[in-house]
Amino acid sequence: MLTSNVLAKIETPQLREGLPEFRVGDTVRVHYRIVEGEKERIQVFQGVVLKQRRAGARSTFTVRKVSFNVGVERIFPTHSPRIDKIEVVSRGVVRRSRLFYLRSLAGKAARVRDAKDG
Amino acid sequence: MNKNLGILGKKIGMTQIFDEKGEVLRCSVVQAGGVVIGKRTVEKDGYSALIVGLGERKEKHTKKPLLGTYRKTQQTPKRVVRELRVSAEDAAKFEVGQKIGVDQVFEVGQIVDAQGTSRGRGFTGVVRRWNFAGAVQTHGTHEYRRHGGSIGTNMTPGRTLPGLKMPGHYGAETVSALNLKIAKLIPEEDLVLIEGAVPGARNGIVLVRGAVKKKNGGKKA
Repeated sequence: MLTSNVLAKIETPQLREGLPEFRVGDTVRVHYRIVEGEKERIQVFQGVVLKQRRAGARSTFTVRKVSFNVGVERIFPTHSPRIDKIEVVSRGVVRRSRLFYLRSLAGKAARVRDAKDG
Repeated sequence: MNKNLGILGKKIGMTQIFDEKGEVLRCSVVQAGGVVIGKRTVEKDGYSALIVGLGERKEKHTKKPLLGTYRKTQQTPKRVVRELRVSAEDAAKFEVGQKIGVDQVFEVGQIVDAQGTSRGRGFTGVVRRWNFAGAVQTHGTHEYRRHGGSIGTNMTPGRTLPGLKMPGHYGAETVSALNLKIAKLIPEEDLVLIEGAVPGARNGIVLVRGAVKKKNGGKKA
């Protein structure tokens, strides 16, 4: 909670509802609106949630995917109006809150255990 | 001299908002709510200005001669009082006793200047105060890592020149941040959201005025 009531009044209306709950280690599909010149389209970014920053309306989360053997990470503001929707593809089992160790792993080693597999 | 209209306010802190494009704007929040407690006029004082007061001060803590001036205009004593030099036309827009509303003075997208007192840093060495590089950390450096080095030559001129950058008191001085942009106005709460940082600590007093280095006080034409 913010120490300042005034800041809370500004930030609380920015909070978005109806976004699915997800945690670090989950695989998510983020549908993100991007503007290309005049046109607007939705881009999907799928990957593992590497970290979450929980700070009310200023919260962000980082998603990592490996695209053509290059690791790509993207930080999204959780309450951004540009996020069309978030789908949770799978739940992961992880034992820490920041999965930076995935960056130094590749291929099969860089997977997160799925919650369904127990 | 900046003769643009402005507000006297308290820095609340920083936050972010999303603009209409969905992009994040990093904003300082300033709470206004100042009241016009008097005016200076060309006829009487030789210049025109608004005297603005902010916050309440208890009567028992107010000096009696000053209290008399508040009584004369039937107002309560204020904690902070500043004069805003403005043109006579701008001064005529406000009555004594009237609150200066943020939407009366500013518009969204306007370029403004913010003036405040920077955070005091106490007695500070040259590395922090003047961004000196210090000395090398290795090769046998002994007790000279963050020193300033030489402060002059020998016989000519035989003294240290005045104004040399040395350690000393840093911060707690008046600082103006120029050409900031108004991101949002919340008139009901007397709040101004300004893109970027505003000098001073939270709860510090800030003077926000139309930009002095832009035409028309930074307002859109």
